[in-house]
Amino acid sequence: MSYLKKSPWILHYDASSCNGCDIEVLACLTPLYDVERFGIINTGNPKHADIFVITGGINEQSSVVVKNIYDQIPSPKVVVAVGICAATGGVFRECYNIKGGVNTTIPVDVYVPGCAARPESIIDGIVAALSILEEKRKAMKKGETPL
Amino acid sequence: MDLMHILYGVSFILFGPLIGGIIVGLDRKLTARMQGRVGPPVLQPFYDIGKLFQKERIAVIYSENFWVIAYLIFIVATGMIFFAGGDLLLVIFALTLAHVFLIIGAFSSSSPYAHVGAQRELIQLMAIEPMVILTAVGMYQVTGSFFVIDILAYGGLLIFVLPGVFVGFLYVLTFKLRKSPFDLATSHHAHQELVKGLTTEFAGPTLGIYELAHLYETVMLLGFVYLFFGANPLTGIIAVILVYIIEIFVDNATTRITWQPALISAWIVTIVLGGLNLIGLYLL
Repeated sequence: MSYLKKSPWILHYDASSCNGCDIEVLACLTPLYDVERFGIINTGNPKHADIFVITGGINEQSSVVVKNIYDQIPSPKVVVAVGICAATGGVFRECYNIKGGVNTTIPVDVYVPGCAARPESIIDGIVAALSILEEKRKAMKKGETPL
Repeated sequence: MDLMHILYGVSFILFGPLIGGIIVGLDRKLTARMQGRVGPPVLQPFYDIGKLFQKERIAVIYSENFWVIAYLIFIVATGMIFFAGGDLLLVIFALTLAHVFLIIGAFSSSSPYAHVGAQRELIQLMAIEPMVILTAVGMYQVTGSFFVIDILAYGGLLIFVLPGVFVGFLYVLTFKLRKSPFDLATSHHAHQELVKGLTTEFAGPTLGIYELAHLYETVMLLGFVYLFFGANPLTGIIAVILVYIIEIFVDNATTRITWQPALISAWIVTIVLGGLNLIGLYLL
């Protein structure tokens, strides 16, 4: 029996977002979308989180922070890159300080497209992440090291 | 203490978290409805705890696992003594000891968030202990015994002779249930100023044990409320439900306050309501 799919707690980090995607992530928590009905809680603490939601491209300063937070999340864990900047760097890709998408620093499991990503697609992305989370749990149970 | 009461105590090990989980689940549902949301399923606390036990156990300092397990064991033991009809004073002091273990667990990491959370938990203990002890003293003054079994056997409703003590106990119950405005150390709600306060450093199964212990504690504290109405089981259960709904309402209607007003107001309530009630009982 897996409880992971029924109680995914997310940690939201703004790597260098313009705040557009952050507003949409927070919109998911409002009464209109209410992700808590799926048991999803925005924890704000890496040690309690299962899903790492990152908005914005990775820059030279946020890269260390993202790596550090990722290491503090207990396995099994998944990473969801929300918005086009988190996926590839978006319009900021060529900036001197931008490294690119989240996958330049940590492995990403789900990409949610959009500028800004709509709350519906963010929820879709989280639900897609749940099945990956479940696969990772099974891999961890077998003794393999999950990413 | 006969065999039946010992059975009550032992059954608390199983039924404590079951009833506690459903209470907390209904709490989250009702809270969501008060905020105009749909809310999680009623069984959500069980899913959360189940999930936490499936996670990796990571800790910077491993001794925190020991202290959190000690917290669980002492909470369960406290509840067993209570439901077996044991000594209220023993229940209160063992409960304090359980919380001291939790505080040491939070202090054993080097996280500043956990440290501030632990310090606030110490302040909360200071704020509530006098009122909790006055509750036991008040019940002794009326019934002539500290044993739960004798307090329940007392004929009348304790609420009629201990109204001040009852209101004072409700006031400190908000601290114990970790409800706003007194959720300083750690809160049920996701966002707070101290990351997650006391529980910041607990990950995976360690947090699961903490959550489980909190379910046990919730049931035991509601047992205290029941004692005030113990003469009539139906009144008792209705009172417990009403008290919990009031707690949820207060949780949603108030904002968190700083530790100074929390401590001072708890002591004022203790002295005025609890103290006057006891003086009144003594004079009558």
